[in-house]
Amino acid sequence: MNILVCISHVPDTTTKIKFAENNTRLDTTGIQWVINPWDELSLTRALELKEKSGSGVQKVSVAHVGPSSAEPTIRKALAIGADDAYRVDVEALDSYQVAAQLAEIVKAGSFDMILCGIESSDYNGSNVGGMLAEFLDYVSVSGISHLDIEGGEILVTRELDGGREKLVVPSPFVGIVQKGIAKEPRIAAMRGIMMARKKPVHLVDATEAGPLTRVKEFEPPQPRPACKFVDPENPEQLVELLQNEAKVI
Amino acid sequence: MSVLVYTENWDGSFKKLSCELISFAVKLAEEMQTDVAALSIGNVEAEELEKLGQYGVKRILTAQNGELSQFDPQTYAKAITQVADKEQASLIVMADNNTGKALAPRLSVRMKAAVASGVSHMPDTLSPFVIKTKTFSGNAFAVTELPTDVKILTIAQNSFDLKKNPAEVTVEDAGIDTSGLRPKAAVKEVEKQTDKLLLTDAEIVVSAGRGMKTPENWGPIEELASLLNGATACSRPVSDEGWRPHEEHTGQTGKIIAPNVYFAIGISGATQHLAGVSGSKYIIAINNDKEAPIFDAAQYGIVGDASRILPRLVDALKKAKSA
Repeated sequence: MNILVCISHVPDTTTKIKFAENNTRLDTTGIQWVINPWDELSLTRALELKEKSGSGVQKVSVAHVGPSSAEPTIRKALAIGADDAYRVDVEALDSYQVAAQLAEIVKAGSFDMILCGIESSDYNGSNVGGMLAEFLDYVSVSGISHLDIEGGEILVTRELDGGREKLVVPSPFVGIVQKGIAKEPRIAAMRGIMMARKKPVHLVDATEAGPLTRVKEFEPPQPRPACKFVDPENPEQLVELLQNEAKVI
Repeated sequence: MSVLVYTENWDGSFKKLSCELISFAVKLAEEMQTDVAALSIGNVEAEELEKLGQYGVKRILTAQNGELSQFDPQTYAKAITQVADKEQASLIVMADNNTGKALAPRLSVRMKAAVASGVSHMPDTLSPFVIKTKTFSGNAFAVTELPTDVKILTIAQNSFDLKKNPAEVTVEDAGIDTSGLRPKAAVKEVEKQTDKLLLTDAEIVVSAGRGMKTPENWGPIEELASLLNGATACSRPVSDEGWRPHEEHTGQTGKIIAPNVYFAIGISGATQHLAGVSGSKYIIAINNDKEAPIFDAAQYGIVGDASRILPRLVDALKKAKSA
């Protein structure tokens, strides 16, 4: 069984977000780029499964859609333990364009399980995984908090609004994963970093598929009014404010 | 041209969220001078369907096909596409919850329809169709144009007020052809949280963090939540430590919620935490560090020791409630 983990390259969450060119694009100066946290957890779980005896997982690959500036992120994924990587050399403008490119990698390869993080921490669309599954007409399961292979069966737990379900899924399938899938993201060790240099990164030509949406500009959210402080010696006043001023309780 | 709203049910009942979707869609359809239909999949009693009519929808299409009894994004996307095509829907509206997030992207590819996710504002303009979507975990909006003939919007919870607008409802069968629509994944086990208020449904959430020092100090947090008919939540370190169940973790990697009132007690308000709660209407912070970033996001705050403040707050609430 071969697993493909789709990785997105996002600004570190603590980065202060700024925009450039009349707020039409992200100002990338000074941004620390990282693997999208959910993708990192997916990769960690894929590697755990590969190491689990009897899982039948032979290979874990990663795929990324984006220009060469994402190379360090891809190398990091290889250093963590992925066997090889695919990069589609195109600056994709929305999740539809990303998913269309990823679909070509899947069609050209031989993957039984494709994992995507539930959303990217930058654009928060939560769309790539589901779109990829539809391009391929594969089964998709969203909100996966647990993934295992037992006796040749792929078992997943999905979180629903108000509960969870355990499912047996056929392969190939697209798993869209969330928190819980792995405890902590795996960190690259020195040996992994050395080995990553020799692992192949396959460069893939972009397909013609373009975006469906167009971001005209970015807008900051409405600033919140300044915090009204209540005297800690008189917390009763808070109840009164919530009752009579905010009228929320 | 029409608006189609997918209204999910939970064991045969709708939630406030379903009514918010209807309110939003009815208002939008008015602006677009077109009609709205709601699609309900699964067994829902007529009386419950009529609830949706309270918010202005006149036509409800139902699909009670056995093939659709299991929620499977692949088969649901095919079924909803059939209905959308028949209705000549130019806009499909659904919730930005687990279900909507699973369905919208599949529908988008199937119908070549642009998606706007996590919508919390009415469109800026209808032609061209331009709408704001939440990006960078609430730190910005992307003003996005959806140029395709069919458009899909997923609506953030608690973003649109309910608007009573009673209408006479007609219920029709959606007429979905389910041949070949059979889920390929098999459900083995279902676990439902029925006993307590779901975090994502709660109007008031009382959340606490590492500032509480030990899990034994949660008594007043739970008491406060129960007095306010709210749910309890926690920050990531607290759930990582195992002080509270993982279901309670709110924040970027946990649950993303948008209640009316969010109490952040002993939570400093790291970016990752705020990413999960910034949609809350009111944030109330109690923290002993006056420099804590949570106070920048809060409307009301108390700088002080939560263990001393909470009991007095609980007493004051009890008094206010009995008054």
